[in-house]
Amino acid sequence: MSGSRSNICLKLSMKTKETTQFQDLESLLTAQFEQHSERIAEGDTPAMKSLRMKHFEAFKAVGFPDSSHEKWRFTDIESALNQDFCHELSASRSDRNIEELFRCEVHNFRSEIISVLNGWYHSENGPLFTNEDGVIYGSVKAAKIAYPELFDARYGHLAHGTANSFVNLNTAMVQDGVFIYVPKGVEASRTLQIIKMIDRDENVFVQNRQLIILEEGSKLSLMHCDDSINHHTSLVNTVTEVFVGKNAHFELYKLQNLNDASGLINNTFISQEAGSNVRTNTLTFNCGMIRNNIEVALNGPGAHADVLGLYLMDKQQHVDNQIRILHNAAHCTSNELFKGILDDEATAVFNGYIYVKRDAQKTNAYQNNKNILLKPTARINTMPFLEIYADDVKCSHGATIGQLDQEAMFYLRSRGISQSNARLLLMYAFAADVINMINIEGLKSRIDDMVKKRLRGELSVCEKCVLHCGTPEKEYHFDIDLSKL
Amino acid sequence: MEVQQNDNILEQVTTSDYKYGFYTDIENDMAPPGLNEDIVRFISAKKEEPEWMLEFRLKAFRHWQNLSEPGWAHIQYPKINYQDIIYYAAPKKKSLASLDEVDPELLDTFNKLGISLEEQKMLSGVAVDAVIDSVSVKTTFQDTLAKHGIIFCSFSEAVREHPELVKKYMGSVVPYTDNYFAALNSAVFSDGSFCFIPAGVRCPLELSTYFRINAANTGQFERTLIVAESGSYVSYMEGCTAPQRDENQLHAAIVEIVAMDHAEVKYSTVQNWYPGDKEGKGGVYNFVTKRGLCKGRSSKISWTQVETGSSITWKYPSCVLMGDNSVGEFYSVAVTNNFQQADTGTKMIHIGKNTRSTVISKGISAGRSNNAYRGLVKILPGAVNARNFSQCDSLLLGDQCGAHTFPYIEAKNETSIVEHEATTSKISEDQLFYCNQRGIDTEKAIGLIVNGYAKEVLNKLPMEFAVEAQKLLAITLEGSVG
Repeated sequence: MSGSRSNICLKLSMKTKETTQFQDLESLLTAQFEQHSERIAEGDTPAMKSLRMKHFEAFKAVGFPDSSHEKWRFTDIESALNQDFCHELSASRSDRNIEELFRCEVHNFRSEIISVLNGWYHSENGPLFTNEDGVIYGSVKAAKIAYPELFDARYGHLAHGTANSFVNLNTAMVQDGVFIYVPKGVEASRTLQIIKMIDRDENVFVQNRQLIILEEGSKLSLMHCDDSINHHTSLVNTVTEVFVGKNAHFELYKLQNLNDASGLINNTFISQEAGSNVRTNTLTFNCGMIRNNIEVALNGPGAHADVLGLYLMDKQQHVDNQIRILHNAAHCTSNELFKGILDDEATAVFNGYIYVKRDAQKTNAYQNNKNILLKPTARINTMPFLEIYADDVKCSHGATIGQLDQEAMFYLRSRGISQSNARLLLMYAFAADVINMINIEGLKSRIDDMVKKRLRGELSVCEKCVLHCGTPEKEYHFDIDLSKL
Repeated sequence: MEVQQNDNILEQVTTSDYKYGFYTDIENDMAPPGLNEDIVRFISAKKEEPEWMLEFRLKAFRHWQNLSEPGWAHIQYPKINYQDIIYYAAPKKKSLASLDEVDPELLDTFNKLGISLEEQKMLSGVAVDAVIDSVSVKTTFQDTLAKHGIIFCSFSEAVREHPELVKKYMGSVVPYTDNYFAALNSAVFSDGSFCFIPAGVRCPLELSTYFRINAANTGQFERTLIVAESGSYVSYMEGCTAPQRDENQLHAAIVEIVAMDHAEVKYSTVQNWYPGDKEGKGGVYNFVTKRGLCKGRSSKISWTQVETGSSITWKYPSCVLMGDNSVGEFYSVAVTNNFQQADTGTKMIHIGKNTRSTVISKGISAGRSNNAYRGLVKILPGAVNARNFSQCDSLLLGDQCGAHTFPYIEAKNETSIVEHEATTSKISEDQLFYCNQRGIDTEKAIGLIVNGYAKEVLNKLPMEFAVEAQKLLAITLEGSVG
């Protein structure tokens, strides 16, 4: 048996309660916090402690949302929460050699792995490490003791509102996560890859935190993989704060490939200084329930953000992307593109929101959401919002829901391509818009393969890292003779 | 024992006819401010309504008491005290002796719109002689309609003369349980219009509330019901193109349309209530529930609206596309200036097969106003081959205003095609420069460009409306430059 040994795990069992179990998880978590607050807040600076209390009080007051909340109307969070969970108070251990298991051997793509097990930082390089480029990374637990001023100045400054229950819960209860610091002018030569695994022989509710700081003129590309190793239910609540300094360049690739019993709630906050460039790409392949909240604030002139996403869902999977782009400064540009293919009884929600502040003139913002429904039982709710208070702007948005183009299908069929291959080809072409925006060549071809596999239904939940799927040398092709086209 | 006694008292109070009490001194047809069951009974009694109508009002009122005012719209206003409002006042406006007493600014506007002197008097509340043109217009008008079997009368008249039709259709599209303002309207509505087009009749005239004298003073809570039987057609115009100084602060109207097989209803509105002054004081709160039901196969309902007035507009003319092959359309121009706020749009609910809908919305904001489009396109599982196209454009004039778009798209059928696009932009310097260079001053140039921008919608208006609506756009935007 793999999994944890000798660590404290508090059971959040609701079996004895009959009425509205959902609220009971709230009180169980609240009680746990009150009982173990010393231990949870270990190593916090005074400012962090008061932050914890503020969010705890907010969580206690408001609790979890339900479907009567406007923002949770289409996502059934209640059933995701209505489980018996275990909530760990100290680090998990694993017999598996995670780093070896997940070592990426993608051609042209070398990444540096930071692994996180059940929410606990778990790396062979030790709790704090400076790599050859000068990038400092490590566990939040260690970093807050090593860099208290930095934490006081940044931690919780983007995720500061108390309106979001999951941010409240995370800020109150979180104990560990990943800290990355890229000093001024440092350009990371290798992609950092955070691999977050859930490996426990029981249901687990995980709080996880990431604090990423890019100083002026620095550069980092980060991959963030959420994987599950076994088939137990897990619910992961992650809060990520990213500070992108002046003229810094940041890329974030999120790969979400978990088992169907898993729930994932991601709150990502990115703040951009003048002239900075950010690209996020959220690729959702498998998961029971995913909620991605992404907020990008463009705070300095000349900043640019690309916020992209692709979701390929089937069975009863559910994905909910809530994207907020805040144009707080003039002369900024943003581009938002989310595409999805929904099969079986899958459901998806997209809520884009572009906010242009008064005086944020010369803003150029673009938002697009495109969906293909393959089965009568698939569902999509899309809400592309604009809220604009400046006049010299160009903002547009679009949303479409449709099917595979019948004429294109006919064209392919008339050239002897089988129905299923033609379908695959068209779906792949639809997804290619997002894949083509991946800047790292090796990664792009790997994800390209994954999409092809996913569309054929061959990509199951990974026993290993998603990038490791199949033999790297084997290319995936459609069985199509292109010369016939 | 005590409980029983209480119950008895309650029962007595709720079931007794209105016999005594405060209304003895109300010979001047004015209810005291406030809203309770007695007021509802009072209104119903004043209007000599049958029992079933009163029951409807009371049910609505009791439901309303359990509701709370919606707060989701992108508008801000001080809380309305519903107990401060007078819910029944007979149409007794203060008459002015002559046009000299009318606000000169208002007269100026009339002249710009080219409105005749008699109409000016009528609109600004000057006492008018009984033999003005519109009365004769009204009579000839009604003769023509009667010949075709068309019923077009006030709502109260319909309740008296055609109770079976009213009973059948009232509340069938907008039930009193629909929303806060619909419940309020259902409880206290003053009057409104009723229109019935028999099967196979193509209404020979553009019906308009403008011709009906009693429509001018129907007050705060109007109710309109249009029923188009199979194969009929009607074009209905609501509102008037001249700004009406209305002392009513709160308007909560309901419009219901039912279209049977192959029927077509075209509903055009030009709304120009008092928008408040340049500082944002005063103005009308316009909370309207408008909905059309395409009940029959291949029926069609088309909404066209030009919204330039009201300090707050909260209005979502909707189509429920129930019949197979039915069509819903929504064309809207909403202009806000100074401190006006508009949260308007549409709902297209696709239920039947092959249903189609088109949404074209043009928002123009100037001054310190906020203008939001809020729309829902919902494709239900049975709506095979449903098709929607939505386009919402916003134009910003000035750096203190806001333009917002909140579309909701819910698709539950894989054969449907839904497209939505929206843009937000301003009038380009190039366009203005071009106009200026040819001797057109900036203000006129903006009027010109805005009209071009809104053309797609204005073209959908009936001829006589379209001309005035164009002028109205220019007037609303007056002073929004520099």
